[in-house]
Amino acid sequence: MKIHEYQAKELLRRYGVPTPKAVASFTVEDAVSAARELGGEVWVVKAQIHAGGRGKGGGVKLARSLEEVRARATEILGMQLVTHQTGPQGQKVRRLLVEEGAAIAKELYVGAVVDRVTQRIVLMASSEGGMDIEEVAAHTPELIHKAVVDPGVGLTDAQGTDLVRRIGIPETSVPEAVALLKSLYQAFYDTDAALVEINPLILTANGRVLALDAKITFDDNALYRHPDILQLRDLDEEDPAEIEASRFGLSYISLEGDIGCLVNGAGLAMATMDIIKLFGGQPANFLDVGGGATTEKVTEAFKIMLGNPHLKAILVNIFGGIMKCDVIAQGVVEAARQVQLAVPLVVRLEGTNVDLGKNILALSGLPIITASNMADAAQKVVAAARGTN
Amino acid sequence: MSVLIDRNTRVLTQGITGKTGQFHTRACAAYADGKACFVGGVTPDKGGQNFEGIPIFDTVAAARAATGANATVIYVPPPYAAAAIDEAVDAGIELVICITEGIPVRDMVQTRFRMQGKASILVGPNCPGVITPDEIKIGIMPGHIHRKGPVGVVSRSGTLTYEAVGQLMEVGLGQSSCVGIGGDPVNGLKHIDVMRLFNDDPQTEAVVMVGEIGGSDEEACARWIKQNMKKPVIGFIAGVTAPPGKRMGHAGAIISGGQGSAADKLAVMEECGIRVTHNPAEMGRLVRSVLG
Repeated sequence: MKIHEYQAKELLRRYGVPTPKAVASFTVEDAVSAARELGGEVWVVKAQIHAGGRGKGGGVKLARSLEEVRARATEILGMQLVTHQTGPQGQKVRRLLVEEGAAIAKELYVGAVVDRVTQRIVLMASSEGGMDIEEVAAHTPELIHKAVVDPGVGLTDAQGTDLVRRIGIPETSVPEAVALLKSLYQAFYDTDAALVEINPLILTANGRVLALDAKITFDDNALYRHPDILQLRDLDEEDPAEIEASRFGLSYISLEGDIGCLVNGAGLAMATMDIIKLFGGQPANFLDVGGGATTEKVTEAFKIMLGNPHLKAILVNIFGGIMKCDVIAQGVVEAARQVQLAVPLVVRLEGTNVDLGKNILALSGLPIITASNMADAAQKVVAAARGTN
Repeated sequence: MSVLIDRNTRVLTQGITGKTGQFHTRACAAYADGKACFVGGVTPDKGGQNFEGIPIFDTVAAARAATGANATVIYVPPPYAAAAIDEAVDAGIELVICITEGIPVRDMVQTRFRMQGKASILVGPNCPGVITPDEIKIGIMPGHIHRKGPVGVVSRSGTLTYEAVGQLMEVGLGQSSCVGIGGDPVNGLKHIDVMRLFNDDPQTEAVVMVGEIGGSDEEACARWIKQNMKKPVIGFIAGVTAPPGKRMGHAGAIISGGQGSAADKLAVMEECGIRVTHNPAEMGRLVRSVLG
């Protein structure tokens, strides 16, 4: 689960990470009063969407008077902000953050992530802040410094000091920067985060370190023990189809293509998308119905796929283990009837009770195209989507 | 021969009184030599009872002392699953197989930290388990699709493993053992660890390695194979079409930080002498072709 910049900063502030003064606003009027309340002569009006790259997309603007705050807030609030992470349709801006301007002497990067190789939380720091850290990692990996944290000890002073010196923090600011890193680690640990990034972390003209931006992603599996964090979820930022699917225990992700796939198991679901592509088609979605698919789940899955106006055909690919093929066949038949399926449906069943399952499909009287293996299924569904079989 | 488990393995079920634990313990006990293999269950406060003749104990330590079990399989719900692994490790169980999906990553970081220097081997979590066909199955895979034979299978995914096994059977190839290492980012055995076991197993003549997007375990395994593997390996990576930044079902299946794409993994594997296929329907035939 992701949260907004202003929420991430508020959370980090509670752990002692210093941030510029700022106020979140939902209307233009609120934004102007926020600027007045903050005082000063320079403000930054920032679009609050979950995607990165907001500045380049025109979602972060400087204002030098209250009138300019009003003008910038009017421009940004309600715009469809397009960044490299939103896709071409962009994301509607519904919230703003009005922040006091900061005198930036240097832009740095700090972050934390769970490293799969060491199986520990790793803190990362770079002198190259304010830019896409993946670009830095790709082109100048030597400029990203890491500290692997011992879970029994936490981030040590020595580790923190080493990191902040490597990214060019001046000696007088080292204690403050180390304290910030320790706060960041503690926040990461306590909240079951999957990723925390402060980019940029700025060094101000008078030697202070401040989190000018912040991004936190949480481990979905741990949200059950963080009801307060769950409150921060913003459903406007999520794909409605994915939200609907999650209500029924389905794992669904929208993609660009026109062939819907319904599969049991995440690995097989990805492999099914891959083989559709291999035979010249484009998958419309990833959909894992999980191990205990009921007729209700299958019906909901069909409805969600059919909600996509680009959908031209559906492929059901099931390898029955615990899930019996006759049960899934029954579910597919009932779902197809309930939703009055108007696009071609290709079904491939294998595994437990496969013959019973195939029989149910055959006797249903529905125009279901059956396939004997994954390749056959993919070829048939690609042809069906093109209207050539 | 086989890897990790055979008909002499003695297994406990942790979470034996839950619906999932009951269902799968019954199926495992009914598979091949399973009746002799599944010797006990563990559920706190239910010690002294039994499940269809399998004695239940309050703790893993008590179960081990009474039954001599050397393996355990965990079906405990996610909030308590990491603690169940810890308990099994503390009790000195050699092989711990955790089926549970959805364990918080932080719990697994702590559990893996506690496991350092301990002799226990962990398989999973979020995995189908391990099967040595016609001898023993520990986990949730459908036993009936397998037969004993010369091919080892190691995979991060459940149903995609069954798919690989189904294809092997179609070309007349049985399996030495199939090991599901699971779809979580922080787990026990990795591809490389299982590959080492298959390399040393006289029954295994070839290995199918099924990976997916995320992390760099497949690449590490491929580099090891290039230097050390004496047997042919065929590989498939799921997720060529997966977009970056999206978690594809499994917690570990995500392309992030520019790392872990299927194309990168396949390129490294091919470079290291693994016969890779981009077509998941071709895994069985490819193994047949390398075994002649």
